[in-house]
Amino acid sequence: MIAEQGIEYESALRFFGKMSASVSHEINNTLAIINENAGLLEDFALMADKGRAIDPARLKTIAEKILIQIHRADSIIKNMNKFAHSVDERVRSVDMNDLLQLMIELSSRFASMRGVTIELKRPAEPLFITTNIFFLENLLWQFLDFAMDITGQEKTVFLNADITENHILIRFSQLEGLKSAPRNTPSVTMTEGLLDALKGKLTTNIEAGMIILTLPKDINR
Amino acid sequence: MRILLVDDEEELVSTLAERLAIRGINADWVTSGDAALKMVESQHYDLAVLDIKIPIISGVSLKKKIQAKRPGMKFIFMTGHGSEDDFMAGSKETGPEFYLVKPVDIKTLIEKINMALNRRRDTL
Repeated sequence: MIAEQGIEYESALRFFGKMSASVSHEINNTLAIINENAGLLEDFALMADKGRAIDPARLKTIAEKILIQIHRADSIIKNMNKFAHSVDERVRSVDMNDLLQLMIELSSRFASMRGVTIELKRPAEPLFITTNIFFLENLLWQFLDFAMDITGQEKTVFLNADITENHILIRFSQLEGLKSAPRNTPSVTMTEGLLDALKGKLTTNIEAGMIILTLPKDINR
Repeated sequence: MRILLVDDEEELVSTLAERLAIRGINADWVTSGDAALKMVESQHYDLAVLDIKIPIISGVSLKKKIQAKRPGMKFIFMTGHGSEDDFMAGSKETGPEFYLVKPVDIKTLIEKINMALNRRRDTL
């Protein structure tokens, strides 16, 4: 499917690998925290064996910390599972806001490493799009990666999706560095094939510090 | 002995500091490179344990900045990544014996701390 649509197999695989590596790193972090807290419980047990009094409230706090990390890992795994299933069907429908939220969460470690926050202005109503989900995720990542590098001093990328009669518009805004960016859009070679495959259009408003991605609501029409 | 722990995972680094304190090792912790640099400017540390992937500045760059301020300090790197690039970068700076993969075993960490500082210390 990928080769048929002119998307470099290697590029798609690189994107999938990048997301997978990030997720595995996040899960490893939660395990490391659980490991330290379990170790601390063991330390307290050894101290209790030696006659030292242990505050039960302290034990409760440690158990709560472990549970928080288990919930965190569960959430990370659910996101990875959603992402992995995005290649199941060539084209399907999804709420654009859910997809943006998923990409924000999958990108969170990359954002954190750059000291950047990504905020989604989410409308109350769902915005359904019928498209190739994996290509769209790949394209959104290319834009997010680019946007995170040019946020300016605020260090926040704003994202929002909007709907017209036949299209979905995705705006990446507060890109203060768009004026002085060495390139006005993400790598052309990376996004060109994806834009074509998704029948999408890219508009850059340098003055407003905004990139707008326009996609058909239904790629089959 | 006084050590500084640097990792952006607050729950990890604070718990590690507590476990080291139980074993008589005085450990402060911070979650950013900037905070680490401020700490080494105002306090004396024998050794820093650095996550190789911390926000904004890399662990290797942070080590170099700390070293410029405190030439005598020793370093251990921790990583959640098993990537070859990270290993090469970290082990080049400290030697492969001072490059630990998370989750870190507390006894191994203390062995490495003692090895780096050339001293022996009883554990819990």
